[in-house]
Amino acid sequence: MSAVLDARTPATGAATVLDARDLTAYRGARAVAHAGTLPLREGETLAILGPNGAGKSSLVLALASLLPATGDLSYRGAPIDPPRYRRHISVVFQKPLLLDRSVRDNAALGLAIRGVGRDERRHRADQELSRLGVGHLAARPAIALSGGEAQRVSIARALAVDPDIVFLDEPFSALDAPTRETLIADLARVLRGRGVTTVLVTHDRDEALSLADRIGVVIGGELRQLDDAETVFGMPNDPEVAAFVGVENVLPARVVSVTDEITTLRIAELVVSVTETPPSGDDFPLLCVRPDDIVISVGPIPAEQTSARNVFPARIVKVEPIGRRMRLVLDAGFPLIAHVTRQSARELDLTADRQIVASFKATVPHLLPRHRRA
Amino acid sequence: MELIWAGLVDALRRIITLDPVVTEAAGASLAVSGIATALSIVTGVPLGALLGLAAFRGRSLVLSLFNTGMGLPPVVVGLFVAVFVWRSGPAGDLNWYCTRQAMVVAQFLLAAPTVVGLTAVAVQSVDPMLRTQLQALGATRWQATWIFVRESRLLILSAAIAGFGAVISEIGASLMVGCNIRGDTRILTTAITLETSKGEFGNAFALAFILLAIIFAITALTTWAQQRKRPA
Repeated sequence: MSAVLDARTPATGAATVLDARDLTAYRGARAVAHAGTLPLREGETLAILGPNGAGKSSLVLALASLLPATGDLSYRGAPIDPPRYRRHISVVFQKPLLLDRSVRDNAALGLAIRGVGRDERRHRADQELSRLGVGHLAARPAIALSGGEAQRVSIARALAVDPDIVFLDEPFSALDAPTRETLIADLARVLRGRGVTTVLVTHDRDEALSLADRIGVVIGGELRQLDDAETVFGMPNDPEVAAFVGVENVLPARVVSVTDEITTLRIAELVVSVTETPPSGDDFPLLCVRPDDIVISVGPIPAEQTSARNVFPARIVKVEPIGRRMRLVLDAGFPLIAHVTRQSARELDLTADRQIVASFKATVPHLLPRHRRA
Repeated sequence: MELIWAGLVDALRRIITLDPVVTEAAGASLAVSGIATALSIVTGVPLGALLGLAAFRGRSLVLSLFNTGMGLPPVVVGLFVAVFVWRSGPAGDLNWYCTRQAMVVAQFLLAAPTVVGLTAVAVQSVDPMLRTQLQALGATRWQATWIFVRESRLLILSAAIAGFGAVISEIGASLMVGCNIRGDTRILTTAITLETSKGEFGNAFALAFILLAIIFAITALTTWAQQRKRPA
């Protein structure tokens, strides 16, 4: 998947295709999602990431002008005219929503709606179906397709109209893991080939990392952070974003001193050194450390033999498997979570109640203000 | 028992020899009920689709009225239509009393609520998210409505058949506004009543068989349309 990420060209400096300002999406009379500023750059893939029920689909439907919304939404510099704007976009939903017709007729539906002639419709639909790997199914009835095939047809239908922007609303979430992985790889290839601006809604961090140039995190109906993937995952804006992107250690700290090079903090009774300066005017920041950034050793580490400035003896409270790794819950005088490979856990004999040493470099932690700023 | 057997044999003979009593009534039934059903489809399907898909205040009330209309007693419809086309009635100038036109009007009023009500249910049975999908594909309201109708075509076909079934078997309204004139407004149901009252059981059975055959043929056609394997 990382190859996919590397192959995409970051769209920094590109023109803004769609620009949302103070956009609030409504379902009935209820405001369900809000974004302060959300500029979509030409050719980029933007993932809207967030937990289930966070309002990310609502936000994206509002961007596609398919949900009532207040605020400003401009397409290529001009305020949108919904019916005209919708002829420049495509949306793929979680359900393929195919009609009881042939696969080809389904792929050609958007073209038929636009009044494109029969022969051209057929040609473009077949072309798109082939790109998505389902060209051989063109004559089949759509109701006979598997879930993965149906979603490919749905994507082909969206791309056949040659849209300026494609909105993908959790298109993979109803698929099994192998089907999802191959479809993501194929879709990444197709999107890369066309350079079409894409907005992908997902609750899956790996999916976002696989496909996106930038990531917007929506929590509690609010777009909390919009940055490149590295920034979102490395320097989350607030504790909830941090928790969602996998920063399991969010620790309340107190600033002891700040110099040009090092900020010294106290967590419980222990001293922690970090290179980041605390958020302005905040003497009680939150210290964020990713579990992957914590190094576990089984013997004492002489200070002269490590560059890590933060070294704490700790006791393993619990060891639990998570996918291909092990999650260690540690007591270092404050609770700490670390991830290690299964091989390391085996070789170092990391079991509950074992005394170990946990360490991390001063460059690792990210400091957040204790309270989220409006 | 002998009476029934003799009636059945007589019925078969009359059907085979195309007895005018039977063919005239069957022709009139098919013509009147066919036209009434066609009119109810032409008006009822679009109206049902709009009622099923549009969001407006009072939609449930309107749908309830149409659903109530499915159970309209034919004699009540017959009464209203008869008064309407009566020589001194509001549409007396049309001279439609005791004509097939009046029967078509009465049967249309009986079939249309069924077509409207069941079409509304049919379009509502399609995944509502499809509407958003069609909107996203740039469909106008009319294009989306048409696609919904096409998607629910088999259920709408059932609605049309239910409407036809209701009027081809109906007797009260047709008798009241058509006057049961032989060779003109005498249809299968009114003819069966008359032949039975005269003791002409052979005729009555023959007419009854034809009526049952028509209903069976239509039902079989619907079932075939709904169950057939879709073309690959």
